Amino acid sequence: MAKEVSPGVLALRKVVEDVYADARVAKKEGKLVGWSSSKFPCELAEAFGLNVMYPENQAAGIAANRDGEIMCKAAEDLGFDNDICGYTRISLAYAAGKRASRKVDLETGEYVINPNSGKPLKDENGKVVMGEDGKPVKDPKTMQPYTVLDDIHEIEALPDGREKDLRRAAIKPYRQMQMPQPDFVLCCNNICNCMTKWYENIARMCNVPLIMIDIPYNNTVEVHDTNVAYVRAQFDHAIKQLEELTGKKFDEKKFEEACANANRTASAWLRVCDYLQYKPAPYSGFDLFNHMADVVTARGRVQAAEAFEQLEKDLAEAVKTGKSTTPFPEKYRVMFEGIPCWPKLPNLFKPLKEHGVNVTAVVYAPAFGFVYNNMDEMVRAYYKAPNSVCIEQGVSWREGICKDNKVDGVLVHYNRSCKPWSGYMAEMQRRFTEDLGIPCAGFDGDQADPRNFNEAQYETRVQGLVEAMEANAENKEG
Amino acid sequence: MSMEKIESLLKEFAEISEHPHRQIEAFKAEGKKVIGVLPYYAPEELVYAAGMVPMGIWGSNKKTISMAKEYCATFYCTIAQLALEMLLDGTLDDLDGLITPTICDTLRPMSQNFRVAMKDKLPCIFLAHPQQRKPAFGLQFTMDQYQHVKSELEKISGNTITDEALREAIKVYNRSRAARREFVKLAGEHPDAVSAVNRSGVLRAAWFMIKDDHTAKLEALNAELRALPACDWKGKKIVTSGIICDNPKLLQIFDENKIAIAADDVAHESRPIRVDAAETGDPMMALAQQFADQDYDILLYDEFSSQNRRGDFVVKQVKDSGAQGLVLFMQQFCDPEEMEYPYLKKALDAAGIPHIKLGVDQQMRDFGQASTAIQAFADVL
Ligand code: SF4
Ligand code: SF4
Repeated sequence: MAKEVSPGVLALRKVVEDVYADARVAKKEGKLVGWSSSKFPCELAEAFGLNVMYPENQAAGIAANRDGEIMCKAAEDLGFDNDICGYTRISLAYAAGKRASRKVDLETGEYVINPNSGKPLKDENGKVVMGEDGKPVKDPKTMQPYTVLDDIHEIEALPDGREKDLRRAAIKPYRQMQMPQPDFVLCCNNICNCMTKWYENIARMCNVPLIMIDIPYNNTVEVHDTNVAYVRAQFDHAIKQLEELTGKKFDEKKFEEACANANRTASAWLRVCDYLQYKPAPYSGFDLFNHMADVVTARGRVQAAEAFEQLEKDLAEAVKTGKSTTPFPEKYRVMFEGIPCWPKLPNLFKPLKEHGVNVTAVVYAPAFGFVYNNMDEMVRAYYKAPNSVCIEQGVSWREGICKDNKVDGVLVHYNRSCKPWSGYMAEMQRRFTEDLGIPCAGFDGDQADPRNFNEAQYETRVQGLVEAMEANAENKEG
Repeated sequence: MSMEKIESLLKEFAEISEHPHRQIEAFKAEGKKVIGVLPYYAPEELVYAAGMVPMGIWGSNKKTISMAKEYCATFYCTIAQLALEMLLDGTLDDLDGLITPTICDTLRPMSQNFRVAMKDKLPCIFLAHPQQRKPAFGLQFTMDQYQHVKSELEKISGNTITDEALREAIKVYNRSRAARREFVKLAGEHPDAVSAVNRSGVLRAAWFMIKDDHTAKLEALNAELRALPACDWKGKKIVTSGIICDNPKLLQIFDENKIAIAADDVAHESRPIRVDAAETGDPMMALAQQFADQDYDILLYDEFSSQNRRGDFVVKQVKDSGAQGLVLFMQQFCDPEEMEYPYLKKALDAAGIPHIKLGVDQQMRDFGQASTAIQAFADVL
């Protein structure tokens, strides 16, 4: 979105790249690589120096790379209903060995280019070059091969030779499509119970051990001591399982380091989020969605903490000089509720930009920014995940950032993928309007499956929200 | 003579199962308090021990979602949505309390909707089961949760639930489960006497009756069934699987096609009655242990997850019951069932057991498509 990329953002991108690259190297060296749910206590795995990958983050990346649909369909062909969460479908297709690949001509060894792909060619004046047929000419550099589905198990079963090599090489090169298969899985179901069976399915498909931390749903704002005791016991149990898996002893020092890093990352993340309180905001809250990858995949690494701290400095500078990376003047400020529709980010952004609507609050800010001082507090922190908290806690998180970040309205994503998230949104919407006097608008979408997003409806809803915010502003003035 | 008795008992069960509201009214008229119990695995024994009547709430085959839309997007199952509908439209006004378990991703947020919608109207008792239910810490957590349910029930009933009363309740429930298990077996052996529709009526009525009464009637029925000569069934036999399949119109199609239900892997029928609770020792621990012993369920964590234990279990059920195939009733929007379908299919295919997956929804009123699919399935069995 913004052309100029700050050092902090660059650093954050590198951190995630490195996490994936390290895992690929580890796998090649015959070391264990695990897959983990996003809110599994990563500090435990860090204490054993394990390389861990995050399927939710991977699925988001695959969806943003426009391969959500082909992977979702692959899962459906395996028997997983299209009602199931899109992340889950993408991940299960991947675990089963399915890959989005470039169509390759086995004779010539070249990729078969899709004539419908690519962007229009522009001349030196930035004008679109028209062809003889009256249609814009495509810039050949931006044209892409056809996407096809392949299967690593099929490829590996081929005799050594040209086809095998070509098909191996044709698997899309972006990092999420090159993630190593798991040797173990770490599941924490605080964000949803779908996670439980998702990871069991991976364990079955890949015949690998599963380490489970069960965090049941909580009905009160406080986390009761009995709940803490239950989860605390599971941490101890998980540590034992990890000791068996790795043949190593739990490294107390490494664990403390990971905790310190996670805390440092979380605090820096929160401070970065807080920059959205400025009016106008120095950046678009949409960018936070991209940085979430760091909080998920690398919060226990010192590099993540440092990168967020760098970004914080960049933002301080931007505020001082009155710069913003939001590519339009900010007229309205909204909270974006839910996970964005990754395959449709440009489409989500378009009407917001048109109407000068900046996203200045996202629920992930408080949901990922937890800080703790000891093991019991860590348990409590992991107990408070986005979908594991009661409605009062959920509302209070959101209303807190709505107030702090001075939003004029709320845009609610009714995410077809996420039943636990969308399940009490209607009531939350009522409360936002009642408690804060701000309008809300909902739209139907999906975080990963592009088939569930209706652009026309979305644009109408954004339009409606803008009108309501406008009326609200006039009322306040009048 | 005995056939007549069987038929009259089956008719009684069917009547009750079709009119839960009459049951509630009758209980209330007797001055009893009634507690609504949502799925899954709520310890009804506690309600019984508190001197109240538990009523299972499993959606409805007669209602349509309307008021629940205020709370719920469309993509949630009717089990959850129609429960809310009935709470909102007054159908369940006579309840004195509601237990809301949260074991799937629909019931998690729905527990909040229930509580918010019923504020000042009906006490909602929250229940979160652990998934790590077998280790000591899991048993402890179940007991902690049940302790909460217990004290909330005590508030509503005004009675203290003594260990003695709870042990008594466990005995009553063990006896009910045993009678239901036997009935399922006998119904499978005597499909000429117990149609699919009537079988469902018996099992469904269990959710709406005081268990002593249900068991007494059922034991009488079982005795009659046991006395029948062996049945020479000319039709087919299947095992049913899924959350619920209690719609008489749908089940009638099975009867019409001479497809008998030999056994079931259904959440509304056999899944919750597979294991009993200990009748001695600490009764709260007995209930926790009973939950821990539940297994092979799409809703429950399987610590041996790299095996396909649940798939294998269902295959064994098919084989042991002498069925030739399996019918999966796939409740629309039920992601827990959907998640475990591929591996169920894998196990069935490997064992050479044919199956069909029927998409069902409690708002379904037209069974034409289902009928065609079931007929076609009967032909391949
Ligand atoms: S929390 Fe929602 S989106 Fe995330 S994995 Fe679970 S169901 Fe899918
Ligand atoms: S288990 Fe399935 S049918 Fe039951 S409440 Fe959950 S989603 Fe609905």
